[in-house]
Amino acid sequence: MAKKESTFLNMLVTLLLVTLASSAALGYIYEFTKGPIAIAKSAKKNMAIHKVVPEFTNLPGEEVKKVVADNDTLYLYPAKNGDQLVGVAVETFTNKGFGGPIRLMVGFLPDGTINDIAVLEHKETPGLGDKMQKSKSNFSLQFEGKNPDNFKLSVKKDGGDVDAITASTISSRAFCDAVQRAYTVFKEGGIQ
Amino acid sequence: MSNLKNFAKGFVKENPVFVLFLGLCPTLGTTSSALNGLGMGLATTFVLAMSNLVISLVASVIPDKVRIPSFIVIIASFVTIVDLLMSAYTNTPGPNGEPSLYDQLGIFIPLIVVNCIVLGRAEAFASKNSVFSSLLDGLGMGLGFAFALTLLGSVREILGSGSVFGFKFIQGDGILMFVSPPGAFLALGFLIMLMNKWKQKIV
Amino acid sequence: MEYVLIIISAVFVNNIVLTQFLGICPFIGVSNKVDTAFGMAGAVTFVMVIATMVTYILQHYVLLPLGIPFMQTVTFILVIAALVQLVEIILKKVSPALYQALGIFLPLITTNCTILGVAILAVQKDFNLIESVVFAISNALGFGLALITFSGIREQLDLADIPKSMKGVPIAFIIAGLLAMAFMGFAGIVK
Repeated sequence: MAKKESTFLNMLVTLLLVTLASSAALGYIYEFTKGPIAIAKSAKKNMAIHKVVPEFTNLPGEEVKKVVADNDTLYLYPAKNGDQLVGVAVETFTNKGFGGPIRLMVGFLPDGTINDIAVLEHKETPGLGDKMQKSKSNFSLQFEGKNPDNFKLSVKKDGGDVDAITASTISSRAFCDAVQRAYTVFKEGGIQ
Repeated sequence: MSNLKNFAKGFVKENPVFVLFLGLCPTLGTTSSALNGLGMGLATTFVLAMSNLVISLVASVIPDKVRIPSFIVIIASFVTIVDLLMSAYTNTPGPNGEPSLYDQLGIFIPLIVVNCIVLGRAEAFASKNSVFSSLLDGLGMGLGFAFALTLLGSVREILGSGSVFGFKFIQGDGILMFVSPPGAFLALGFLIMLMNKWKQKIV
Repeated sequence: MEYVLIIISAVFVNNIVLTQFLGICPFIGVSNKVDTAFGMAGAVTFVMVIATMVTYILQHYVLLPLGIPFMQTVTFILVIAALVQLVEIILKKVSPALYQALGIFLPLITTNCTILGVAILAVQKDFNLIESVVFAISNALGFGLALITFSGIREQLDLADIPKSMKGVPIAFIIAGLLAMAFMGFAGIVK
């Protein structure tokens, strides 16, 4: 085929055809990947939930409860074994991080005891603040098995019970802030 | 030019990163580890090869004045396809809860569309050459880009975390600066310097 | 207060060039002279603010209601390309003086990833229209700050005696690395 002249009609038809073909192809691929994308997303959430609460048999993602606070959202995922509530995973956040917002998944047992904490997202300094991750240091282990009712969630410098990460007081404070927020919402949420 | 030359020039002679200085944003932004660099490189290769292929097919019938917009739409479509496929199949977090490849590359996946290499090759090569040599050109350039990103990613990972492709060979941390932003600039600067030095030697 | 946070965070803490790695090509390419750096920064600010506004409206009033968010990349880049052309034409007619100053940079802007990047980021961060505009302005300021500082250093650098294989791009990257290191000092000022 020969090259078309750049007349208005030719240009219009060409662009129309190109965009039509493109949207048709994308629509097809979108339909095709919609399922796998949804599965990958919920699997990602489930993995984090699995890490922080005891064995469960329900689908916590289906029973999620949302709480809006400070322009952001906390998610409460109830974990049940049969009909028995075995724990609640709370996706929480703080804006007080050294490098930006931090998102955590905090697992509570039904009585409010912290079971486990996983870091979902952070931008803290490598080698300092990033020690909040379990794979990097024991910092987050000190929270496990503690009930915030009798374990003050702030660093020792501020009169709390938490041993801060050396040279990363701000990151440690932010971490406590996120956990505290999760606990407050968990208490008020009253998931039974 | 022979087919082999079309394919091979992207690796050294016309390497998009080290020689042409194109596509620098993803080069710096996604090379905190070798695997991320390779993933980004391969995603770009797919877009380059496919859009080169399609553009060389249709270039002869597209009026000159709407050439660039048409090319952009074609490229953006392939970028979206990569984005959708990656969010479906490379979205599983690592065993220790590291973010998935899709999350780590993040905004740089849709930004392949403004990677100067892609539109550059479409304009300079695919619109003027045969389908087969355009495909080879796209593959070669893309793999050359992937090679550069993997190299830079490896250097940064070795220095910064003491591991390569996730296999750790030292205890504890490396020189952490190399996984943070300044390290990206420094590592690339020194790599280009070494390339220059090497080129001076062989000339 | 919230807007102040967005501004400080985008200009200093998460500087778009030095920590997000967007817009590296113009950062290395047009930073030889302070004058051209000013021109580029001006053109980017202009286009970025308009583009972010238009793409925000597109995303929330066209793409989402129609249920086709996967067309985001295609529509955004087309709109930005068209917008750059439009700005060029309008500027030529309305303000020849401004066109003289910014004109030659406009064609380069379509493939400047800061524009598309900021438009997508503003959508991802769930900003409302005003926040998006503030976000765009402050990122443009951050881009300008990095570019102009960098070009100032590079002008001085021309006079320095450095090894041959370091000349040009390699030394530019190393300077950028040192600049990025300096900007790391801003981390933690937004709390």
